[in-house]
Order: sequence, then C-alpha cells, then structure tokens
Amino acid sequence: MLKERRLAIEGWFTTDPVALLGTRCGSCGTPYFPRNELACRNPGCSGPKDGSELSEYAFGTRGTLWSYADARYKPPAPYVSPDPFRPYLLAAVELAEEKLVILGQVAPGVSLDDLSVGQEMELTVGTLYEDDEAEYVVWMWSPVA
Amino acid sequence: MSSRDIAVIGTGMHPWGKWGRNFVEYGLAAAREALADAGLSWRDVQYVAGADTIRNGYPGFIAGATFAQALGWSGAQVSSCYAACASGAQAIANARAQILAGLCDVALVVGADAAPKGFFAPVGGDRPDDPDWLRFRLLGATNPMYFALAARRRMALYGSTVEDFAHVKVKNSRHGLANPNARYRKQVAVEEVLESPVVASPLRLLDICATSDGGAALVLTSAEFARSRGLHPVRIAGLSTRTPAFPKTVIDLPDFATDSAMTVDPGERTFRESLAHDAFTQAGVAPSDVSLAEVYDLSTALELDWMEDIGLCAKGEAESLLRAGETTIGGRIPVNPSGGLASFGEAIPAQAIAQICELTRQLQGRSEGRQVEDATVGIAVNQGLFGHGSATVVVR
Repeated sequence: MLKERRLAIEGWFTTDPVALLGTRCGSCGTPYFPRNELACRNPGCSGPKDGSELSEYAFGTRGTLWSYADARYKPPAPYVSPDPFRPYLLAAVELAEEKLVILGQVAPGVSLDDLSVGQEMELTVGTLYEDDEAEYVVWMWSPVA
Repeated sequence: MSSRDIAVIGTGMHPWGKWGRNFVEYGLAAAREALADAGLSWRDVQYVAGADTIRNGYPGFIAGATFAQALGWSGAQVSSCYAACASGAQAIANARAQILAGLCDVALVVGADAAPKGFFAPVGGDRPDDPDWLRFRLLGATNPMYFALAARRRMALYGSTVEDFAHVKVKNSRHGLANPNARYRKQVAVEEVLESPVVASPLRLLDICATSDGGAALVLTSAEFARSRGLHPVRIAGLSTRTPAFPKTVIDLPDFATDSAMTVDPGERTFRESLAHDAFTQAGVAPSDVSLAEVYDLSTALELDWMEDIGLCAKGEAESLLRAGETTIGGRIPVNPSGGLASFGEAIPAQAIAQICELTRQLQGRSEGRQVEDATVGIAVNQGLFGHGSATVVVR
C-alpha cells in the first residue's frame, strides 16, 4: 500500500512544481532562505523592517555545486534514521541569480563519485524518513543528468 | 603599554580529558591555580566572569555565580555569558570592559565543561522553530558535516589533499606531547590519520576534534594594578567579538543557507578575517609581527583556513607553510603550539580561555618542552555557532 506523502516541513518548499520557497524584501530585493518573515536583515535597507516588506519568493531550481560531504555515522535525534542507518550526502549549491548557497541532502542513489565541485545541480524532492502513517519528503539536490 | 591594555597575571587549567566528574570541579581547580599563579587570593577578586556551559543543567547557565559560590560567596561583582565556542572570549571581554571602565582592578575569568560522548546534539526537546534543531532534523547536518563541506571546498579551490590535512594532525599531536594539560599525548603518524574511519568525507576520525572535559581560568588586572606590584606582565592588547557583516557569504553551522549577495556586495573581509583584523588593529600590530597563533582547529582543514584568515599567509598557501615546517615549534610562525583542539578536544566554554593561558605562558617563557623562542606577540582565534567568534591579541 502506498503511504501518504507529507512535507517534512511546511512552507519551505513545494513538490509540484519542485521549488524552494523563501521570502524576498520588496524594498531592497534581498531574498531569504529559509523564509524570513520578521524583518529584512539588510542593515542598509530602508524598508519598514516590520515584515510587511517581505513576501513569498520561489528560488531558482538550478545551481552549481559549491561543496559536498557524506555522513558515515548516524546523527543524533532529531534526525530520524532508518534502521539500519543509511549513509547520505549533503550538497551546498550556489544559485547564480540569488547569489547564495543552500544546503540540502543529495538524492538517494547518487554517490560521492558522481559529484565534483562546480558541476550543475538541480532541485528535487525525496523521502527523508517515514513512519507507520506516512513518508515525509524534503528538498534534495541531484546532479543534472 | 596602551591605555586599552589589560594585564594577564595568572593562568590556570584543569587537564582536559573525559573525567566524568562535575564541571564545577574543573573550573574550581583552574581558578585556584590561576589565583596562586597571580599570587592573589579569592578575596582580592572584585569581578568574576563565568563562561557558561549549556550541557550541565542550570548551574551551567549561570556559571559565574556557580564558580563564585564554589569559591565561597565573597560579594564580588559577577557575570555569566554564553556565546557558543566564543563563550570564554566573551567572558574575557566582559572582564576587560569592567577593568577598562575603571569599575574594578582585579577580575577572575573561569570556564569549564563536562562534555557528552560522540556528536554534539541540539539541546533537548522538540523545537521545530530552532535552526539548530532543524539542521539535524531536515539535513542530518552534524558539526563534522559542516567541517567536511569546508574541507572539500578547500580541496577544490587550492588543491589541498587529505595528506595535507593529516600533516596538521601530525604536527599538533607532536606539539601536544609536551603539554601536561592536553588530553591526547601521543604522536600520530600520517598513515594513522589516513587509516582512521571516514566520519564525513573527506574528513576522518583523526581529522576531527573530540569533545572533552576541562577547565581554564585567568586573573586579569588593570595595567596600574600590575605596575603597582612591580610586574611587567603579558597584556591583552586587542580583543574582538564583533558580529559578521551582511551579507555573510560563508556557510557555517548551523546555517541552512548563506545570506544572499544579490543586493549588497560582500565586504572586503569574511567574518573570520574581520575578527582578526579588528583585534590586530586594536593592538596596533600586524600579522607579520605574530610570533605564534592558537587557532580553532575543529578540523585539521580548518587550521589551514584560519592561517589565511588571520593573515599568516595568502589564500591557498597554508599547505606550503605547513609542509615546510614553518608552523611547527622551531619554525617561523608556530601554529597551535599547545597541541590545539587536535590534542585537547573541545571543552566549549573553557577553550578560548585555554588559548589565552597558552599564549600567556608562551610569552612568559614558561612552556617547557614546547617553548616558542622569543615570543612577543600571539593571537588566538575561534568561531562558534550563530555568528559568535573572537580574536585576541596578547603581547609582552
């Protein structure tokens, strides 16, 4: 039986279309990930800084691999690990337009040997963990085929 | 002596290890040793600054009062502070401000920790609005994963190799051999590093610092007080605990992302570079004046990054200094003559204080077996979570 798919966190990404959601300042134009709804953090911004200057923003879904690493040991809670532990990779991907680096797990099935700094990556969605009721999905990075 | 210098007249440490006892005991031992070293008694202390630990319950959150009570309530002014890995430096900064404001002449700074085994986990409880909780939940981004991202980036930018990283450990383990306060006092070979288990590729177990128990303390005084006792003390001449500047474009734990540089150009210096630059400027010295440096080698690769951040060499040149033996004791600019975190493991609130203990004793010529000859200027740097960091310049 197929389990229900739920977002591991609400409001940070969408699955259809696959995109990372943040916010962007309407006064100075600075985008934020994860979403910042409190106040624009650019000290030079002349916006009201009460959150009214920030509205939802969908980031570009492609970037270049800034760096990557793999986890060979089970992290402590609140990471929810399958049993037995399954090693995973993290990617730091630089988005050219928004000029920032965003972390994400690397999609399952991609190995260290498939990665090199500077290559093009794209956003995808994959299962982070599951329980009896549902699969919890999160944004992930994957090499552009 | 500049009017902004303060004197370091006492240093004390409880050896680092995994002793399994209460952190207060380590802090107390360090405080007693620092007071004895200064030739002062606890009743002479007018201000006590505690560096907090967040993994030892309430007494850790109010460490200043905890240590003051353990030493015996004396009516001294007290403060407690937490600034992640920079907690110890923040406590020193608090004491320095009190002294420079003329509010006290004699201050005691104490930090101690009792650390759990294994990965640092976020503090307990479900907190889905806390980035430090979320990075574990959504990414499985342990501290070593961030160290590994930085190490891999270094390899890509400068052609660093895992052998280079191993050589950092080899050097620091050699330095630590002669340090009675170090936890690991064993010479490690390159092959041992390269054969240790991979924790977060490209880093292996022996590339990554452990978590330790330990305690460190300093007796700090005004320049006038030190002079009145006929001392020519080692001085703290610069201390920066500034924040990063927007946009912060280097990814650090526990970040999910950097700031965007879309609307504001990144400044001339990164966060770590700006800490060191600020401390050097305050002290009126340049990186070329430095005799020795204690840098926060949470990983072997990070020591190389720090060398460049504080200006000991240009970007990408740290490996060649290391390989030429320049950063070894006896070389041109010894880095981590204490043995560094590689030999100590991190005892968070004590670590930045321990760095100043090392610089002070080196500048006093009291570091038997690992003495840096004719040391006159030292710098200690560290970085913690959430934008806390420090750089301290010590001179004689």
